[in-house]
Amino acid sequence: MELKTPISEDVIRSLHVGDLVEITGVVHTGRDAVHKFLHDGGSLPVDMRGGVLYHCGPVMVKEDGQWVCKAAGPTTSTREEPYQAGVIQKLGLRAVIGKGGMGDKTLAGCKEFGCVYLHAVGGAAQVLAECIKKVRGVCMLEEFGSPEAVWELEVEKFPCVVTMDSHGGSLHKDVFASSKEKLAKLL
Amino acid sequence: MAGLKENLLELIRRTSAEMPDDVHRVLTESLQAEEKRTTAEFALKTIHANIEIAARKSQPICQDTGSILFYVHVPVGGDQLVFEEAAREAVAEATKKGFLRQNSVDSLTGKNSGTNLGPGTPTFHFTQTRGATAVDVRLILKGGGCENVGAQYSLPDSRLGADRDLKGCRRVILDAVLQAQGKGCGPGVLGVCIGGDRATSYAFSKEQFLRPLDDRNPNPELDALEQEIVATSNQLGIGPMGFGGKTTLLGCKICAVNRLPASYFVSISYMCWAFRRRGVVLSADGGTIEKWLY
Ligand code: SF4
Repeated sequence: MELKTPISEDVIRSLHVGDLVEITGVVHTGRDAVHKFLHDGGSLPVDMRGGVLYHCGPVMVKEDGQWVCKAAGPTTSTREEPYQAGVIQKLGLRAVIGKGGMGDKTLAGCKEFGCVYLHAVGGAAQVLAECIKKVRGVCMLEEFGSPEAVWELEVEKFPCVVTMDSHGGSLHKDVFASSKEKLAKLL
Repeated sequence: MAGLKENLLELIRRTSAEMPDDVHRVLTESLQAEEKRTTAEFALKTIHANIEIAARKSQPICQDTGSILFYVHVPVGGDQLVFEEAAREAVAEATKKGFLRQNSVDSLTGKNSGTNLGPGTPTFHFTQTRGATAVDVRLILKGGGCENVGAQYSLPDSRLGADRDLKGCRRVILDAVLQAQGKGCGPGVLGVCIGGDRATSYAFSKEQFLRPLDDRNPNPELDALEQEIVATSNQLGIGPMGFGGKTTLLGCKICAVNRLPASYFVSISYMCWAFRRRGVVLSADGGTIEKWLY
């Protein structure tokens, strides 16, 4: 299923754990520094309402005065667990992309504010970089440095799996519980 | 010296951009084994596409180019310091060229050295070989996500019901597989050491990654345990990225070393699917490439 940004709440509510989606439109990157910054009351000069936040510290180079993305795989999301639900509410996000899944607080935030957690394929830096068609801009570059800055990326068919939905479903919880049960039988 | 540096630079480039054949083969078998049109199949297909693009563009398979681990066999009398100097220069240049990400951070100030050089990075493990005439260099790049899910158990472990025997080892290794799920970019490979002290045990567990995935352990008991751990892990339904599916582990390599009577450590290092390991045999002065390994 293709998700075009900005995404409506209805579309998000129609998604369920295990769905494969492809994002086309605009995605913003943000990781540790920006989550802490927003949590501490900071605000960004960009409107992300209905948008997508990507946990990613991309490798960017400037070629002929234009930023080009060389690698853009997801980073581990759990580090943002203390802040994520608040950031979803504050920015009006409809989706968060990362890897490794997140915890109960974020799951509750997804349910309350109509958001999903999307899992990109960890390590697939080259495939994901190819989905980025253009670097539209950047903010907080001076303040946070390149990997932590908020990059505005134009993406086409960026592939992810819904692993936490807006109905309280979490693939991470389900797989952990079932694998634990299976292991107990095999020990 | 100049030749040595150039050859090591090429070793780093290949390691970062080109998957070793033995790992690629197992990943291909896994893709064939997964159910079609599942998220597991999607993850493995993406991994395959990624490997292909990285090799074609000569760019890092994963942006985290990880810890840089050199394992070097030198002839008796070979100058290790000269090797280290050349390797450091090659690492700095590889970082400039983008084969390696800037990955060496001062633990106290948080400052990135920008060159991958600094106290403790990269690391060198030298061995002298009597009668050898060539230098055997192997390089592993091990990412941070998978390094973070490594685990060390001290047996007996009453929480897991693990005693000081192979059955106990099996229990803790499988616990590590369970806990690592969804993190560390599976499907992965385990390197395990039974015994040693806290430091050597982890060091030996990492050396297991030098073994080709399709080799067999010369010790029949450990060989059986290796096969069994892979088979059992792949029945847990954890799957690639923890999405669910058949492929949880691509391999498991186990060694045993002596321990103190008072200690019984089982150390588990986890390697992500982006298993970057290459090797090269060089002439004694390092200037000529005799052959590529893996
Ligand atoms: S765990 Fe491996 S594949 Fe995943 S991000 Fe780290 S280096 Fe890359």
